[in-house]
Amino acid sequence: MSQGLRLAIDGVCHSYGKLAVLEDICLAAEPGEVLALVGPSGCGKSTLLGIIGGMIAPTAGSVRAEGALADECLNPFTYVFQDFALLPWRTVAGNVALPLEGRLDQAARRERVAEALRLTGLGEFAGAWPRQLSGGMRQRVGIARALAVRPACLLMDEPLSALDAQTRDLLLEEFGALIARAGTTTVYVTHNLGEAVRLGHQIAVLSRRPGKVREVVRITHPLVGRDPADPALARIERCLWELIRDDAAAAARELDHAAH
Amino acid sequence: MPHIRGPVAFRGGGFAPRDRPLAGALTVIALLALWQAGSSLGWIPPLFLPAPYDVARTLVTLTLSGELWRHVSASLLRLAVGWALGTVFGVALGVGVGIFTALRSPGMAVVSALFPIPKIALVPLFIIWFGIGEGSKIATLAFGVFFPMVIGTAAGVDNVPRSLIRMAQSFGLSRRAIVWKIVLPGSLPAILSTMRITAAIAIVLLVAAEMIGAQRGVGAFVLQEGNLYDTDGLLAGIVVLSLMGLGASWIIGRLERTLLAWRG
Repeated sequence: MSQGLRLAIDGVCHSYGKLAVLEDICLAAEPGEVLALVGPSGCGKSTLLGIIGGMIAPTAGSVRAEGALADECLNPFTYVFQDFALLPWRTVAGNVALPLEGRLDQAARRERVAEALRLTGLGEFAGAWPRQLSGGMRQRVGIARALAVRPACLLMDEPLSALDAQTRDLLLEEFGALIARAGTTTVYVTHNLGEAVRLGHQIAVLSRRPGKVREVVRITHPLVGRDPADPALARIERCLWELIRDDAAAAARELDHAAH
Repeated sequence: MPHIRGPVAFRGGGFAPRDRPLAGALTVIALLALWQAGSSLGWIPPLFLPAPYDVARTLVTLTLSGELWRHVSASLLRLAVGWALGTVFGVALGVGVGIFTALRSPGMAVVSALFPIPKIALVPLFIIWFGIGEGSKIATLAFGVFFPMVIGTAAGVDNVPRSLIRMAQSFGLSRRAIVWKIVLPGSLPAILSTMRITAAIAIVLLVAAEMIGAQRGVGAFVLQEGNLYDTDGLLAGIVVLSLMGLGASWIIGRLERTLLAWRG
């Protein structure tokens, strides 16, 4: 499995035209750590994730990555998307194979696809079309595709927000195990504090727009087997809510106002 | 205050039409039977509209004499080459317009300016440019197919979800791979729908081009039969044109079923 990278986010600012979205973001993540980004709607979490993965150029500041890449790593910074981003004209196996094409020979590709599908419990669905799968299964395909390239840094943009509560809980457990096993550094964007507490080694709380780092909370519990009923974790979740409650309410009012 | 009592009435039906192929076939048969009955009873004069039976007999005679194939083969060749050329170049420019800023505005400006011109009006010009032979006829078809193909393909490319393109970029796929693996398959439904329309346009232009300057071809045959007031032959030619349209539609239907199987 790949080694994770050390990530250093240094003074990142971003604006869309005159609209400042992020202001002086400084964060760091050690190899194999999960950095969860939480904050009210519109605070720039997804923009920051786009900047970290090189999909958006920051207005100021930089993101530095450090660490050795394993030979099998085909795409160091790999996203898992909120809307799954699966190609409807490809089967499950075809979607997982997409980023491997042209980089591995057919035998190696087949082996990697099979392993990724096995890890995500999709072995029996290799030939299924995305439309035949539930939301949870589709997101598993997204995870399998991401794991198949053996990333050094996994960038997850609200991967569970389109799913129902039960599927979310089940996948959350699996994410923890998969991330711990893969050893990748992970940046996990969510508006759900429970998810952040279940998966994060560090939780960075962003303020409302322009997003600034208000607080970074560290969790020392091991990633695998975290119990949501653990009083310590529940206390952290309450603290996080206290931190973002006013901002979340203000952001919701702002959205409401904009809608009218 | 108004009172309500009793079972709640169902209101959710309709607006869900279903295909009934048998009903379609029966409608055509019923219309042909009516037409035949009208002719047999003398209500429809043969010069005004020949009976279906007479049209069918003429078709058989033309087939057995080999004359039909002489005209149909010439038309099919022109249709295949002209349609293929217009489609290939139209799809290529449509994809370019859909993904390259440098091509988008100039390409759409030229297409918008030239698309509304009735292509039939250009046939004499094409004869001057490409000669009276096959070149002018094929150019007429290709030109007529090209513009709707550009517009349909560009619209198809525009409708490919950008999230899929960003996904491919995030996995480091090359620009070429993104076009082949994301943009083209994603715009294929629109391309195939446009091909259905351009097939009909191509047949119209084929007939027009053959009427202006051809010895062989279904269009030339229809014109010749019309000039002779041989309405049996004229209608036989029209039936052949209709069959060519049905054939093109069938081929595209098969392509859709094969290439778009993922839609279920």
